[in-house]
Amino acid sequence: MTHTLIRGAKLLGGEPQDVVIENGTVSAVGRGLEAPGADVIEAGGAVLLPGLVDLHTHLREPGREDSETVLTGTRAAAAGGFTAVHAMANTFPVADSAGVVEQVWRLGKEHGYCDVRPVGAVTVGLEGSKLAELGAMHDSAAGVRVFSDDGKCVDDAVIMRRALEYVKAFDGVIAQHAQEPRLTEGAQMNEGTVSAELGLQGWPAVAEESVIARDVLLAAHVGSRVHICHLSTAGSVEIVRWAKSKGWNVTAEVTPHHLLLTDELVRSYDPVYKVNPPLRTEADVMALREALADGTIDCVATDHAPHPHEDKDCEWGAAAMGMIGLETALSVVQHTMVDTGLLDWAQVADRMSYRPAAIGRLEGHGRPVSPGEPANLVLVDPAYRGEVDPAGFASRSGNTPYEGRELPGRVTHTWLRGRATVVDGKLA
Amino acid sequence: MKRHLISASDLTRDDAVLVLDTAEEMARFADRPIKKLPTLRGRTIVNLFFEDSTRTRISFEAAAKRLSADVINFSAKGSSVSKGESLKDTALTLEAMGADAVVIRHGESGAPHRLATSGWIGGSVINAGDGTHEHPTQALLDAFTMRRRLVGEEGADLAGKRITIVGDILHSRVARSNVHLLSTLGAHVTLVAPPTLVPFGVESWPCEVSYDLDAVLAKSDAVMMLRVQRERMNAAFFPTEREYARRYGLDGERMARMPDHAIVMHPGPMNRGMEITAQVADSPRCTAVEQVANGVSTRMAVMYLLLGGAEPAVTTHQAPAATPERGAQVRPSTAEENN
Repeated sequence: MTHTLIRGAKLLGGEPQDVVIENGTVSAVGRGLEAPGADVIEAGGAVLLPGLVDLHTHLREPGREDSETVLTGTRAAAAGGFTAVHAMANTFPVADSAGVVEQVWRLGKEHGYCDVRPVGAVTVGLEGSKLAELGAMHDSAAGVRVFSDDGKCVDDAVIMRRALEYVKAFDGVIAQHAQEPRLTEGAQMNEGTVSAELGLQGWPAVAEESVIARDVLLAAHVGSRVHICHLSTAGSVEIVRWAKSKGWNVTAEVTPHHLLLTDELVRSYDPVYKVNPPLRTEADVMALREALADGTIDCVATDHAPHPHEDKDCEWGAAAMGMIGLETALSVVQHTMVDTGLLDWAQVADRMSYRPAAIGRLEGHGRPVSPGEPANLVLVDPAYRGEVDPAGFASRSGNTPYEGRELPGRVTHTWLRGRATVVDGKLA
Repeated sequence: MKRHLISASDLTRDDAVLVLDTAEEMARFADRPIKKLPTLRGRTIVNLFFEDSTRTRISFEAAAKRLSADVINFSAKGSSVSKGESLKDTALTLEAMGADAVVIRHGESGAPHRLATSGWIGGSVINAGDGTHEHPTQALLDAFTMRRRLVGEEGADLAGKRITIVGDILHSRVARSNVHLLSTLGAHVTLVAPPTLVPFGVESWPCEVSYDLDAVLAKSDAVMMLRVQRERMNAAFFPTEREYARRYGLDGERMARMPDHAIVMHPGPMNRGMEITAQVADSPRCTAVEQVANGVSTRMAVMYLLLGGAEPAVTTHQAPAATPERGAQVRPSTAEENN
């Protein structure tokens, strides 16, 4: 039985308080609490948040265990302060059936570092032509609520419409990877002044924005909810803002890397900066930060995309797209949003825990830190400053764009239903 | 100069003028019965070509051989992915063989930059064309040709010259390198193309853009016609070959509207009847063949400056031309003992 007293933690960044965890549940919150026999954690002014929830994680198992497994990915998640992740469907085989999603869900449960909620594919094999058995995945033990062909766009308007309608029966949500395929054939980076100079084929903002525009209209038309994955442009922000002003059921996520990095980094031709959607411009970065601050963008999602070393240790055109992010997400959010005064810690809890859990209809996560709630918690030391060193990562892959960069904040403890998965910055 | 030549923007104005002046020195030797210089004797230069380009390869090969370097031609056709061997492993192989310089042609933009900065090899890297990025030695030989024809003075740059580049700018590494180099040398560059073949984001380039060839011809000291691949029309960049030729091709009538001193340039290979008519291509105003000859001199100058810069480029004595440390390795008498 777990019994822990966290003493002197700034709850959601507020005044220091004590929190008692008993039997996987928060049992008391207050000042000067005593808990005889409990393990005592001296928080020393660190910030206590609800366990983070990621709507967008690639765990790579089954199929690409050379880059990540459910075990290594959930260990990375715990190290980053996450207590639940949504595992994307683009595995081999694709998570388009009850069998595959149950396998992933079961592996997460066995390892016990972090709850794994599989995302089901919208279409069979992510091929965009035939609906996968969405209902069977929902009804499975994995309890799928989020469906996405992420990595590919559900391009066909009729398939998208049907998917949006179909999941209404069980309150599911379609998470769209918005990328008009014809406008992005062979695309290598953001289309703009840098791509013109580097001679790399451009990925125009309009290829994202046109799909988002269509899909918010479709969602409104059929009365469904749609979630926009990794929104990356200022124009996309405007469309989502407009859709929300209409009262339509639209939510959106932004990745940490799109809050910090720009396409100027591509001048190095270092494929560690190759990602989809691509790194955009400074103006986009600022628009995304503002939108996350004002709630237009609902949440931060990592799009943690591990790749083996050889897939990045090559020329730009041959390299895989994607970067890992679970273990740096909170630091990047602190750096870009908290230290800049755009968000306080209570709002970080909202954007990284409450809202993603709500969008995913995930029970037991994204709950306030108060008596009777599941003890999914993370303690972060915001005063910490340190250089990012992938050698210390729990992820099996090292494709981080932040290597050698100084970032603030460090997760010192993570608790999953009262059990510590991270203690003093180390996996338990 | 830097140790590598990846982009024309690596060159300052003085660097570029030095290359052009050195190329003039090299060119003087091309007219002699014995064209070879001992400057890079004992040095190994690898021509690493991931794309077929016989013209560019033999130009580099001739340049290296005239400087007495040992030349290895490494043809790795197809992308590294389809070939199954990575650029890295190829580079490590060349490094193990002791390449002093690698001349690389690659279908992916940025591959030479990766080769130069990843630590895979220690030698100099010369970009012989990467994807749709750059082709800096082409720009240098173009500038050399322009300076000879339009200025005729060593030590000079191209200040005030009006250069018009016409054609598929979007996919052209020649255009990108030329825009950098020509603006460094003080020329005014105007790009002319249908809007579909102008790169998105071109407004940050140091040049002007026009969609109307006829409007700029009379104001041009040199008109450079770029090759336009016929396949482009399949991707809807322009409707038909005929329409392209009509609007953007250079024919005798248009050439007649150019100033009398103005030249017509083409990096080759030419699509006669498409961007240029036979009448223009074969006219004395067209420098296409001259550019090929100038290419060898210019590439000699680049190799010399990157690899042997401490030594005099041209010497009338029989002095050993290899650098001292290299020279020390050449010990004929002991070679047998080591077997």
